[in-house]
Amino acid sequence: MAFDELRSNTKAQVLLGLIFGIIFGFLLQKGGVASYDVILGQLLLTDFTVVQIMMTAILVGMIGIYIMKAAGFVHLHTKVGSVGATVIGGLIFGAGFAVLGYCPGTAGAAVGSGALDALVGMIGIVIGAGIFARLYPRLDRKVLNRGIFPAETIPELLGVRAAFIVPVVAVLIVAVLFLLRMIGF
Amino acid sequence: MIEWLTAATWSPYIVGAGIGVLIWLTFLLSDRPLGASTAYAKTAGMVETAISREKADSMAYYQKITPTVDWQWIIVIGILIGGFISASLSGTFSLLTVPPLFAGAFGTDALFRAAVALVGGILMGLGARWAGGCTSGHGISGTLQLGLASWVAVIFFFIGGILVAGMIYGFAFL
Repeated sequence: MAFDELRSNTKAQVLLGLIFGIIFGFLLQKGGVASYDVILGQLLLTDFTVVQIMMTAILVGMIGIYIMKAAGFVHLHTKVGSVGATVIGGLIFGAGFAVLGYCPGTAGAAVGSGALDALVGMIGIVIGAGIFARLYPRLDRKVLNRGIFPAETIPELLGVRAAFIVPVVAVLIVAVLFLLRMIGF
Repeated sequence: MIEWLTAATWSPYIVGAGIGVLIWLTFLLSDRPLGASTAYAKTAGMVETAISREKADSMAYYQKITPTVDWQWIIVIGILIGGFISASLSGTFSLLTVPPLFAGAFGTDALFRAAVALVGGILMGLGARWAGGCTSGHGISGTLQLGLASWVAVIFFFIGGILVAGMIYGFAFL
């Protein structure tokens, strides 16, 4: 494949990572989601900016990725989840989301726009990740592999081709975005 | 073009579409989904290594997530720079210790807000690694691949987040 050489060039990848990060941070800041008030507004269901950005990103990203996958240009990178890992971890993350008011990505963009509380939050995220690494062997034995999901992707779970699911999800996302607009968000 | 770059905010649809296209590029050029939380685990590993290389080398998690400066680590540095460029161009950069909503409910004590942010960050770092991703890795990159774990994760991110935000500020929608 034409991209193999670039993908395995470690130095070029570090530069690309930096560039991708800069674009991502720029977009997050322009989108307003580098703000505690906007994130809490989403969780208090008074501001839907976060959901609007995420859903549009999923819509555009999904269509492009599945077209490129069909053309043989990209591979999917999905992981199998479980009740013990995904559900429990998701709830802990959600609690942190509400208490910190930024996420691992938007905290960076918030620090870039001057939010010092987000910098403290970033230090907290490192500590939390470090605690997880310390607990990992025990959690891996006892919790993370409980209730492993039966499939890696939604098409696989439903036994339906992605070519059918992608348009359905796209229509659903557009419908939700329109509905949010109609009720005034 | 200049006016566009200096605008304080862009439409969430433009920003979302931009992130979608950005993820096409991360898949195409780097064969990776876009995620932020791995960088924090790598940083924690770097701290462990600085304290005791032997201890860090023996930890199973850092054999899986190697504490090295690479694509996934530098992403977060880039995000910080990108946020700064955007805020500077629009003239909205300003040092802030207590966000307005928080100050309205709990006062303007910067130390109190810092303590709360630290606790929130610890929960978030723990939860992100527990669930195997964050709002970008699971919430956007994983869901757009129609990953089952990612859809479950993002639903529980919001369930947990809405419940705890409601406990802090009251449930506005009730």
